[in-house]
Amino acid sequence: MSLLELRGIRMEYGAIRALAEVDFAVAPGEIVGLIGDNGAGKSTLVKIIAGNFPPTHGTMHFDGHEVRFRGPQDARNAGIEVVYQDLALCDNLSGAANVFLGRELRRQVAGLSIMDHTAMTHRAAQLFAELKSETRPEPLVRTLSGGQRQAVAIARTRLAAAKLVLLDEPTASISVRQVAEVLDLMRRMRDHGQSVIFISHAMPHIFAVADRITVLRRGRKVADKPMGTTSPEEVTALITGAVERA
Amino acid sequence: MPQTQTAYVVVAFVALIVVIWILAPVFMTPRNLLNISKNFSFIALMSLGETLVIISGGIDLSVGSVCALSAVVTMMSMRFFAGTPAAQVPGATIALAALLGLALAALIGLVNGLFVARIRLSPFVTTLGMLSVTRGMTYVLTQGRAQYPVGPDVAAFTRFANGAVFGMPTQLVYLLVLAVLMALALRHLVWGRHLYAVGGNAQAAALTGVRVPRVVVSVYVLSGLAAGFSGVLIAGWLGAAPANLATGYELRVIAAAVIGGANLAGGTGGAAGAVLGAALIEVIRNGFVLIGANTYWEEVFVGIIIIIAVLVDQLRTRRIF
Repeated sequence: MSLLELRGIRMEYGAIRALAEVDFAVAPGEIVGLIGDNGAGKSTLVKIIAGNFPPTHGTMHFDGHEVRFRGPQDARNAGIEVVYQDLALCDNLSGAANVFLGRELRRQVAGLSIMDHTAMTHRAAQLFAELKSETRPEPLVRTLSGGQRQAVAIARTRLAAAKLVLLDEPTASISVRQVAEVLDLMRRMRDHGQSVIFISHAMPHIFAVADRITVLRRGRKVADKPMGTTSPEEVTALITGAVERA
Repeated sequence: MPQTQTAYVVVAFVALIVVIWILAPVFMTPRNLLNISKNFSFIALMSLGETLVIISGGIDLSVGSVCALSAVVTMMSMRFFAGTPAAQVPGATIALAALLGLALAALIGLVNGLFVARIRLSPFVTTLGMLSVTRGMTYVLTQGRAQYPVGPDVAAFTRFANGAVFGMPTQLVYLLVLAVLMALALRHLVWGRHLYAVGGNAQAAALTGVRVPRVVVSVYVLSGLAAGFSGVLIAGWLGAAPANLATGYELRVIAAAVIGGANLAGGTGGAAGAVLGAALIEVIRNGFVLIGANTYWEEVFVGIIIIIAVLVDQLRTRRIF
């Protein structure tokens, strides 16, 4: 039983066909690597799943129901969170503040609803600990490393109890040591039963952590294989078109 | 090393006071301190509102004009209400008049905010236009003539705007109360958190569900209100509201906010900084006069302080300090 299942997804912008009859599924607690060259249709697929726009054609099922998202908020309410490449964090706020941004915990004082700083700091520390990250809740995000920033963004999704998290190029532009940290974060998410779609150009990273890989080329799905049954060489050939389909 | 720009300003402030005190002992007399605290309250009040706008990543150039319009409208309404039944109720004419003045100031802030948040006009251009529109309206309404408080509540108005509470000038009391409220709101209300988020990364804030336009509109309204309130107080202090009231104040107000640690890029600043920044400028102005230095140098000095303040902030965030 899939958590997310897309069938016959087609996306057209006027005369341009960005996606053609794509089937795509993610099982609960699975990390699916989504790979493809620029313009292959990765971002379009991600945006459809995240609810940014509906597909021209095709159906989407999530958590047992057919869904039609009218906006990102719909997708979020259903349990789908996106961690964007630029991370969408506020540098001038603490890690805890970022984790809780838009979902601040409050308490009542003299009839006034004010933020519960202690509870948020405490809960954020807990979330970071669950992710086995050394991120601390109080320092400003500006002062954190790339890996720690990813931890903050991912902790947000855990707070939202997201069932499916889309990570857009989470290992781009960070150091080698931090890449290992981020890959570990993904394993933690899987351990906690979250499904992950890992969008990346970095093949070694996908091979290190994903359970399955889906390759897009020119708007079509050209491969969808469990990790053990393919190789970086084959995937490269699929991305470039040297091999048509596998 | 101090951790925040506000802390640096405190250090500079204390050092400056000591220097001026040594050079001109008259500085520390109650009379002079009273004089300073009145003068700086008006700028500091406006600076509180300006700081909110700057935290959001915007700027409000219209504060000086809004200050004047609110003052003259309050004075003109006071004259109007003196001829209505409201004159029978003690304090009613000035209360109604001040409410009208403040409502107009809030309305101008609302228009600024809507243009910036909804139509996405640049805050600089929007409020520059509003600076001119509002000043022009002030001249149109008054035909350039100063407006005076008249009617049964003139004495009450003076007590309210230029009186004393426990020996403290009322202006200073209003300023300190509002500054404390602002500091608490910024620290403890979700609104405050969202304001910093909008200034830090508006796109990220919007993605997490923060209602960015609402937050942005709110700060322009509050800035308008602060300027309007300051205008009413200035009119009470001067006993008049000239049409050219508070001309050019926007620059001093912004300077006070920036010296106090508000970053024009958005995302940082606070109430204490706004008050301190305004106090620092006023102490410099006052000190130049007391020491008997050529007061033409005062502006030069204030300008240098502004640049040093921003420079220190830059160096600090680059972790050179």
